[in-house]
Amino acid sequence: MHMSELTLDAIWTALEDVKDPEIPVVSVVEMGIVREVAVDGDRVVVTMTPTFSGCPALRVMEDDIANRVRALGVTKVEVRIILSPPWSTEWITEKARAKLKSVGLAPPPRHDGDLSLVLMELVACPYCDSKNTSIRNTFGPTLCRAIFYCNACQQPFEQFKPL
Amino acid sequence: MTLDDRVKSALAEKLLAMGDDELILGHRDSEWCGHAPILEEDIAFANIALDEQGHAAIWYGLHAEVIGEEKETYPDKLAFMRPAGEFRNAPVMELPKGDWAFSMLRQYLFDVAEHTLMDSLVKSSYQPLADAAAKVQREEFYHLRHTQAWVRRLGLGTAESNHRMQAALAALWAYFIATFEPLATDDTLVEAGMIPPAHDWQAAWEARVLPMLNEINLKPPSPVESITPSRTRHTEHLAALLAEMQSVARLQPDARW
Repeated sequence: MHMSELTLDAIWTALEDVKDPEIPVVSVVEMGIVREVAVDGDRVVVTMTPTFSGCPALRVMEDDIANRVRALGVTKVEVRIILSPPWSTEWITEKARAKLKSVGLAPPPRHDGDLSLVLMELVACPYCDSKNTSIRNTFGPTLCRAIFYCNACQQPFEQFKPL
Repeated sequence: MTLDDRVKSALAEKLLAMGDDELILGHRDSEWCGHAPILEEDIAFANIALDEQGHAAIWYGLHAEVIGEEKETYPDKLAFMRPAGEFRNAPVMELPKGDWAFSMLRQYLFDVAEHTLMDSLVKSSYQPLADAAAKVQREEFYHLRHTQAWVRRLGLGTAESNHRMQAALAALWAYFIATFEPLATDDTLVEAGMIPPAHDWQAAWEARVLPMLNEINLKPPSPVESITPSRTRHTEHLAALLAEMQSVARLQPDARW
């Protein structure tokens, strides 16, 4: 494909194929990890931001994004990593929230920046929707997940932590 | 942002010290992996360790930028290729993990220190530092919430847990106070509005830590004894820690995975 034919929309659409390696049902676009796409002459610059700064999947996502853009026929790809503004779970789209729930991950509650308030709210079980749940561990198998237990359907489940 | 050479080298020193604190403490925390008193805590402490190492990577990345090194690869060199004498972490971070009370109290004291430092750094006149601080601050929220609950639980728990916490506090206090000792070049950064004065940082830390300790029946030793080890003069524990932490990377320094 010639660069002149390549639109920003086409790049954004292609990046929908790049999944979060730790939650492969959602894409890096839906998660709000890709912040900006720019075409500069024959070069494509994708700007991304890490979810949790210690996330081991960061480099994998960086490589996957670059490779996906290269697959469109672009030879010069730059992936830039920025820290500001800091990533927030508020950027996860509604569609992605539904996908998280469908694989048994309670989506992060909406918040206005005050995490201490949102953490007092009850978390609904992604399997039976009961709010009769209790937290077992603020920390889970990855940096972005907490572990809960549903007292109604007696099922342990994970929550994507609000950030 | 162009920086004059004096500011540049002071900033590089500061970022290195910040990164080293996080890396060395994160490594010590990781030693609990597979050994924590309960499974949930094994997972939680390993998560906290990984977060601190993520923060180390941020400060090392900024350090690399300031001195004109490659931001992607240089942090690994800093972590794995330096000998103990070149590390600038506060010696409290390198002390062996001790018992659960010691590690938990150290992590709590550090979380408050990091939190209060970030409160100031988000207003730093050096924008990359302010941006990174805002990122780190959000993650620290979860640490503090967790370690605070544990410290309270252990302080108010049983006679045995309170006794162990008191012993940990006695061993940690003088070392922790020493972490606030400014670097020789810090004045330059304070003048430039890039970092807070060390005594302000320490005062903010004490204002949060002292009421908490009082509430859970723990008394810091008084007067505070002075210790010989410093950021430039480490205890014998650091070299041993590095020998283990760096061993795999040093087997094949140019390996890629």
